[in-house]
Amino acid sequence: MTRLFENVKVLGGATSFAFSGETITTDTTNSETIDGGGLHLAPGIIDLGVFAVDRAACRAGGITRVGLMPDQSPILDDPGIIRRAALMGKPDLWVHPLAAATRGLQGTDLAEMAINASAGAKAVATGRRWIADAGVMRKVLAYAKDCGLTVIAHAEDGNLARDAVATEGLTATLLGLAAAPAIAEALAIARDTMLAEDTGAAIHFRQVTTAAGLDLIRQAKRRGVRVTCGVTPAHWLLSDIDISDYRTYARLSPPLRSDSDRQAVRAALADGTIDVIASGHDPRGPEGKRLPFIDADEGMSGAETLLALSLGLVREGLIGMERLFELLAANPARVLGLDAGTLAPGKPADFILFAPDTPWVIDATKMKARAGNTPFDTLPVQGKVHRVFKGGREIEA
Amino acid sequence: MQASDHRPAAQIQGRAVFPHRHLTGIAGLQPHEIMFLLDEAEQWIEANRTRARSDRRLEGITQINAFFENSTRTLLSFEIAGKRLGADVVNMHAAQSSVKKGETLIDTAVTLNAMRADVIVIRHMASGAVQLIADKVDCPVLNAGDGWHEHPTQALLDALTIRRRRGSVAGQRVVICGDLLHSRVARSNMLALTALGAEVRVVAPSTLMPPAIEGLYVTPFTDFDAALEGADVVMMLRVQNERMAGGFIPSTREFHARYGLTPERLARAREDALVMHPGPMNRGVEIDSAIADHPERSAITEQVEMGVAVRMACLDVLTRAERGVEGWA
Repeated sequence: MTRLFENVKVLGGATSFAFSGETITTDTTNSETIDGGGLHLAPGIIDLGVFAVDRAACRAGGITRVGLMPDQSPILDDPGIIRRAALMGKPDLWVHPLAAATRGLQGTDLAEMAINASAGAKAVATGRRWIADAGVMRKVLAYAKDCGLTVIAHAEDGNLARDAVATEGLTATLLGLAAAPAIAEALAIARDTMLAEDTGAAIHFRQVTTAAGLDLIRQAKRRGVRVTCGVTPAHWLLSDIDISDYRTYARLSPPLRSDSDRQAVRAALADGTIDVIASGHDPRGPEGKRLPFIDADEGMSGAETLLALSLGLVREGLIGMERLFELLAANPARVLGLDAGTLAPGKPADFILFAPDTPWVIDATKMKARAGNTPFDTLPVQGKVHRVFKGGREIEA
Repeated sequence: MQASDHRPAAQIQGRAVFPHRHLTGIAGLQPHEIMFLLDEAEQWIEANRTRARSDRRLEGITQINAFFENSTRTLLSFEIAGKRLGADVVNMHAAQSSVKKGETLIDTAVTLNAMRADVIVIRHMASGAVQLIADKVDCPVLNAGDGWHEHPTQALLDALTIRRRRGSVAGQRVVICGDLLHSRVARSNMLALTALGAEVRVVAPSTLMPPAIEGLYVTPFTDFDAALEGADVVMMLRVQNERMAGGFIPSTREFHARYGLTPERLARAREDALVMHPGPMNRGVEIDSAIADHPERSAITEQVEMGVAVRMACLDVLTRAERGVEGWA
């Protein structure tokens, strides 16, 4: 049966939205009408590159699909493991495994990309670190191209960043923390975009966070390299000053950058250089965070704050609402080769109803996520997700 | 040797003069608060030189020295400081603690707290670890060195040494040379000496120079000879052997050639320039024996002496609130 939402502000301007079964439709004959209460209606968020399957956090954040990083235990480098990972969230949350690009993420031997793709992997990823050996990276890109898979890369020269827990600058110097220069990112991007250009492969840098790195992406796109990149809200909202007092919740990978790099990320969001906004969701309990800064785990719990923090960009006028959902849904779907991420008829009925202006305060102690390690604790934000539909079925909170 | 001209300002009384619960670093201290600690230390210098050490003001106070990183001289200095004032001093070495069994730092802190320590002195290999513990315990915490971050009592004893030998810290040209990148002593000294009005020049090869160091109001040099011109104080830092292995400098021989303090090099500084070193020294690497042992120029043993006085002052000041000293409770 067809159901028709009325009294909704559909992304693109419509005021009603219909879906039949699992699919979006325009045919509203014999439909059951539902009052949308004036809420906004947009595609379900596709969160590219999470480290944990966290159903409750995704429901709260309006996320209907996630690209799961291969850095799991066991590592996603085998068809059996990938098949299992792909079923982990169903039916509420669709998990699209990102298979390890190299066996065991060791950065030496190619993983079985084609077999892993047939088991459900939607892309291959280098994991939390780059592939140090340029020869291996070149083979990864060439072979992934043969398999029609995008390579999702971590843009950080691991030699330069080896023991670093922060970005070089006055803050790291004052705190006495091992730091790496911000160019560790641009160095990796320079190498990997050249390799991608050489092999003709598609590469997606999960996070690009520096002015120099974003400039290289801009140039590569202009040359026609098949390159895309993403970022998380932390890198346009926070800078290295936020690790002062050794705040381990702000220990991220890549580390927080200088304020001028933060501004460069905002500019790159505005000018279209950045293609994807992701949460980087990586819940870490107190045993991983209540430690000296250098011993603490990297990562933040970001799924349920992703939309509210991103709506800030729209409120500030940096981007429009339609562009925001390209960054949150359509573009990540394209990187993963998914037939989803928009509200076009015939697409899966993955959508959310949200109130973009509802104010609330982020509270690390009340997070729905498996852990409340957010660097945004106590920050007032706006934007609440009310209803989430995956494949035409409403997901209960 | 002369006592400095500076005397405590009498205007502020009691806790208002030093309103901090812990001493985790020089950062966060006002210049007058640093001065106050130096002034408080002065009284213990003479007392320590006489045999009649009768002050028992820390009687009944339990002082735990929790050293998660090996140390001989700092631990000894804190132990003597506490005992001179009558405290019950207990030393906890990481080697004999449950830290090695995987207990987290916070669990260790909670355990020490439950034993009702009155003051805890901590050394730890991780920057920020002392603050982490300070946030979890009910008693004052004194930082005896955390990672590359801070070693505040070292900076205080160095400032006291300079003040007594040169009359004042303000206006002195102080050259700090060595492995600045990995040195908590250098960080605390840069903060303390600039706060007290010294002109601080820092010298290191670029591989051992902390980024954005100018932000600490010091002038960086890679050429030691140039930095030494007109110096009043030359403070050498210890070069750790593992830094050589880490590829920061090619060899001890080369380090000595460029950054070793030799008599010829010291001649570029003022004729009466003071030479300091936090110890332990690598003779023949960062400092020549002829300078280290120079009776007039070297203040190295005096630094050790000032260390005990400064630590007595810090233990006294930080425990005043719990001892119910008038105006501090």
